Amino acid sequence: MKIRINDHQLIQWIQGLITKFQVFYPLQDANSGVVHIQKATGSLNSDAILKPVSGVPKTSIKTFFMPQPEVIARFSIAAQDAEAFVLKEPGTALQTQVLLNIRPCDARSVALNSMPYAEDPYFQKMLKRTVIIGRPCDETCSTCFCELVGGSPHGTEGMDLVILKTEDGLALEVLTQKGADFLKQNPCAESAGLQPTPQQQGGQELPIVAREMQKKDLLALYNASFWPQIAEACINCGACTFLCPTCYCFDIQDEVAGTKGVRLRYWDSCMFPLFTLHASGHNPRGQKVQRVRNRFMHKFKYFPDRFGPVSCVGCGRCVKDCPVNIDIREVISLMQAV
Amino acid sequence: MFDQKNPYLPYSVIIDDIVVETEDKSLKTFKLVIEDEGIRQNWNHTPGQFAMLSVPGKGEAAIGIASSPTEKGYLLFTVSRIGSLTTALHQLPKGARIGVRGPLGNGFPVNSEFKGKNIVVIAGGYAFTTLRATIVYLLAHRQDYGKITLIYGARTPGMLLYRNELKDWEQSGLVECHITVDREAPGWNGIVGFVPAVTERVAPAPENSVAVVCGPPIMIKFTMPALEKTGWKDEQIYLSLENRMKCGLGVCGHCNVGPVYVCKDGPVFTRARVKGLPVEF
Repeated sequence: MKIRINDHQLIQWIQGLITKFQVFYPLQDANSGVVHIQKATGSLNSDAILKPVSGVPKTSIKTFFMPQPEVIARFSIAAQDAEAFVLKEPGTALQTQVLLNIRPCDARSVALNSMPYAEDPYFQKMLKRTVIIGRPCDETCSTCFCELVGGSPHGTEGMDLVILKTEDGLALEVLTQKGADFLKQNPCAESAGLQPTPQQQGGQELPIVAREMQKKDLLALYNASFWPQIAEACINCGACTFLCPTCYCFDIQDEVAGTKGVRLRYWDSCMFPLFTLHASGHNPRGQKVQRVRNRFMHKFKYFPDRFGPVSCVGCGRCVKDCPVNIDIREVISLMQAV
Repeated sequence: MFDQKNPYLPYSVIIDDIVVETEDKSLKTFKLVIEDEGIRQNWNHTPGQFAMLSVPGKGEAAIGIASSPTEKGYLLFTVSRIGSLTTALHQLPKGARIGVRGPLGNGFPVNSEFKGKNIVVIAGGYAFTTLRATIVYLLAHRQDYGKITLIYGARTPGMLLYRNELKDWEQSGLVECHITVDREAPGWNGIVGFVPAVTERVAPAPENSVAVVCGPPIMIKFTMPALEKTGWKDEQIYLSLENRMKCGLGVCGHCNVGPVYVCKDGPVFTRARVKGLPVEF
């Protein structure tokens, strides 16, 4: 269900949200022109909310679901402490956070990451606390390709609410129960009582690229002759994996200061040789070509085989910011041709 | 995934005993007792499963469970001192508190495919740990299985694990033991030779049998042809893989071998399954 709203009502609603929650939205830096997702403050940039900046934000929204780093446990190492060396939940109170004007590709990445993280208590908590208010893309960029990987510039997967442009103004549509509950507590114009728009139930067809990859022979793809050629220029910097909204691998490390310790979860990257290094010195992916292949095989073969869709939303961040111009779209077409 | 509300939080355990297993002191067996009585009593695992051992402040490492679920009240882990976590663990005294997160992984199918079969256990070096768990389990349910054959080799007599138990198994006649060392050693009257050569000589019959093979990659590589010669099929041979792991739950991405996660889908795979995977282990 949706209602019509005007510019004034939208701004007023968001002004109200800022007083209650942490609200984040994409904003273009006046000097550099780079778009960053920033925390909204009292001096709200109304223009940037009404007419969202075009262009993919520099970083994805995965940081709101997988904080970098994230405390997963606390412990004490004080000898006299009866509970020394017992790991306990961090017990941090998590308040609602609102992500505003989120692009369909970024919103969809949350839905995709929810698959491997279905039973992860930390991710699920973050999911629960976050309301995603999406915004369809009016214009695409030269580096993005959401439709190729099963998304759409007007897709709403992963969003709770979406702000739409209509012929005579704006509309606010409710997509999930979480969105409906949020609107009930924080009404915008006449939004009270809005129910989620029924979503297509199950049987949603997988994108062509996912079905194609599922049919391909694992070892034929793995042993394809083009991997050394793709990997040749790669410097294993890992920028692609950190910018990627659907790269979700992590490392766990302990840190101790004085007698207090924390167990932390950090973003990790399969581009790094340490990622797979055994304590014995053996390394199953010691070569660069093996690591580069793993990144693409995971996205387009391993993930679809396990979960269905490909683990890519086509945001194009990796294309844009790769220092040696590796283009994931070329890799997809090479893989499709196997 | 094991039955705990937050699978990232380890159970607190106390090191109840430490046994130095090998002459070079690089392998110690830690006997761990879970502090919470309820959890300790409800603990159950399958031979071949592993757990994350946690030394708070140092981190975690994946270690195979060396005790059988039939040994109640404690857990055994035989740990090689090789990385930062295992070095820290080796320095801990009896009575120290650490953490155990598990059991994780699938384990050997002792209650399905193995039932009623002859079991051939082939082990090299300290990969023997989860196979000790397996043999103890098989012996506790002796009537459910056929003949049990053990082929186990180490570099020297002093590098053999669980020497007292090996003697017991051999003397009881419940396990046909072929214990070997790489070269002649003073005081050693047993077999001398590498595991693949001994396997070829023993030539276990493949009929109504399964083999579990754990050891260094080079041993596995040369043991396979020895089994093939006597007609073993890939579906009858069980291997246990290991890779670097962080979560142990199939999420963090470290241990994948192509599309499978060693931690969640393994560590036990048939040779037939391994052959269909990229060689990333």
